[in-house]
Amino acid sequence: MMRFETDHRGFYGAFGGAYIPEMLYPNIRELEENYLRIIHSDGFQEEFRRLLRDFAGRPTPLYEALRLSDYYGARIFLKREDLNHTGAHKINNTVGQILVAGHLGKKRIIAETGAGQHGVATATVCARAGLDCIVYMGALDVERQAPNVKKMKMLGAEVVPVQCGNKTLKDATNEAIRDWINHPVDTHYIIGSVVGPHPYPDMVTRFQSVISGEMKRQLKEKTDRDYPDYILACVGGGSNAAGAFYHYLEQYAVNLVSVEAAGRGIHSGFTAATSLLGSPGIIHGSRTLLMQDEDGQIREPYSISAGLDYPGVGPLLAWLAGTGRASVYAATDEEALQAALLCARKEGIIPALETAHALAALEMIPFRREDVVVVNLSGRGDKDMETYIDKLGI
Amino acid sequence: MNNIDLLFKNKEEGILSVYLTAGYPALNDTAAILMSLQEHGADLVEVGIPFSDPLADGPVIQQSSQVALGNGMTLQILFEQLEGIRGKVRIPLILMGYLNPILRFGMERFLDRCKEIGIDGAIIPDLPLDEYELHYREQFRKRGICHVLLITPQTTPDRIRKIAALSDGFIYMVADASTTGAKDSIRQIQIDYFSRIREMKLTRPALIGFGISNHETFATACKYARGAIIGSAFIRMLGEAGFSDQKVADFIRSIRQG
Repeated sequence: MMRFETDHRGFYGAFGGAYIPEMLYPNIRELEENYLRIIHSDGFQEEFRRLLRDFAGRPTPLYEALRLSDYYGARIFLKREDLNHTGAHKINNTVGQILVAGHLGKKRIIAETGAGQHGVATATVCARAGLDCIVYMGALDVERQAPNVKKMKMLGAEVVPVQCGNKTLKDATNEAIRDWINHPVDTHYIIGSVVGPHPYPDMVTRFQSVISGEMKRQLKEKTDRDYPDYILACVGGGSNAAGAFYHYLEQYAVNLVSVEAAGRGIHSGFTAATSLLGSPGIIHGSRTLLMQDEDGQIREPYSISAGLDYPGVGPLLAWLAGTGRASVYAATDEEALQAALLCARKEGIIPALETAHALAALEMIPFRREDVVVVNLSGRGDKDMETYIDKLGI
Repeated sequence: MNNIDLLFKNKEEGILSVYLTAGYPALNDTAAILMSLQEHGADLVEVGIPFSDPLADGPVIQQSSQVALGNGMTLQILFEQLEGIRGKVRIPLILMGYLNPILRFGMERFLDRCKEIGIDGAIIPDLPLDEYELHYREQFRKRGICHVLLITPQTTPDRIRKIAALSDGFIYMVADASTTGAKDSIRQIQIDYFSRIREMKLTRPALIGFGISNHETFATACKYARGAIIGSAFIRMLGEAGFSDQKVADFIRSIRQG
């Protein structure tokens, strides 16, 4: 039986672990020794559930998309993570981690962000908790995502533009890790995806697993069984996919589909299709699949969607791809844009550009009429309107 | 006896180790800088293998790594440049680099090349202790390559003893909770930590690195350990002045004599 939980060293099979310099060892060790105890405590569970319900707005609906179903010839449901507070699934993780930080007595929160969604979700929970919040964001992204920068500032966070490297998500993550090295005692680092050193991938997966937990109950109500034939999710680092897959990882009747960003095309040199093109290596403290050159230097990925623009992938997602448990598809910028337009016109929902990649995979899979398909609608498209207006000529 | 052990056997105090980024400021400077450092009195040199994502490094070494990569430096080229270096440079040489480029090159192949060329040791900051013990220690030992481990102000006494037992040659004492980078002074809290480590009477000698930048910080560090490591300050000098034998001589003199 294949296992999809981490072993005692934080590995999913060949992927994971904690490849960190000694300077980070105490921080990671403290988290690793405490996170399960904290998460499993009654007090934590009660508060986590209460906040997800009353603050984040959960449970999110499982919506049967009748016109898309008709169009694709399958029974298609959308898991409406876009209806969460702050507009995406990211809040599930930040609500969980801010509580962990509180239990550990941390006073200062740091985070990295690419498009700004995780930064906003972190600034949001920090405001509620009254904790200092510093968000590292690539200088290029600060320019490209001005509205989210303003939101973070309105919420009281300090946004630090990162000038090193290519000035995007990868560099923002490096800089957040460096901050943590410089503040080993009072600071908690809220990583935004199922990446980074153990225990982050496992911890973030657990917080995001609320998605598939709800999905089970909702499918039972709406269909005659509590599992679908397919779950489709977009994958950058992989947190929404990990959450949407989690309760079905060992249920092989469910086809898990990761959809990565092909950018301008898998072989164009401008792509973020990490599982398809990457090779095993180490990024941000984790052994996983990543885009690297023959000398082991990490390559800058490309996607129209800032949230998928990451050169690695969470170790769980790498393991699912490596073992064949998940199928991996890749959607180009253009396919994602068309899928977003179709979803808007057929269902009245404007999805995030990241999510649009998952929707684009509906075109690629030969469904049977009776198949039950869930697309994890990870976020809403407000933040992408400028791109949609520009690229779709609206 | 390994070159590094020999150094610590023969020199009681004031050991000066200098870090440089391979391929910086120009691709082919590395060997010449090594000779110049030896000539002017460095006791040990750490040759940094540039990496695209140096997590533990501050802005100066980050920038030098980017320039070196832009210059075309790779591990392959570095080994070619160091071929025959042992005819000219006798002081101990250590390669310092992040794990990913080394794994990509192949750990066994990396260690074989180190041995062929006469590299004495390696420092791989993001290779965790347990992973090293489990998978790589035997490979290092077999070839007699030292593996130097780090401790920090936050490392617990038990772990320090474990690291001291597993670290070959010396212990790299990270001076502060920080990434690499020059600082002008050493704070009392750091002095307390240096004293605490000295009192532990560890079986391995220690060198203090991170934030050591000038005569004052070097001299202070040397009071509490066998010597100290200078990186960012040297890189910054190379960045500003470019490489010349005279500049290296001036730099070393400024550290040793103020």
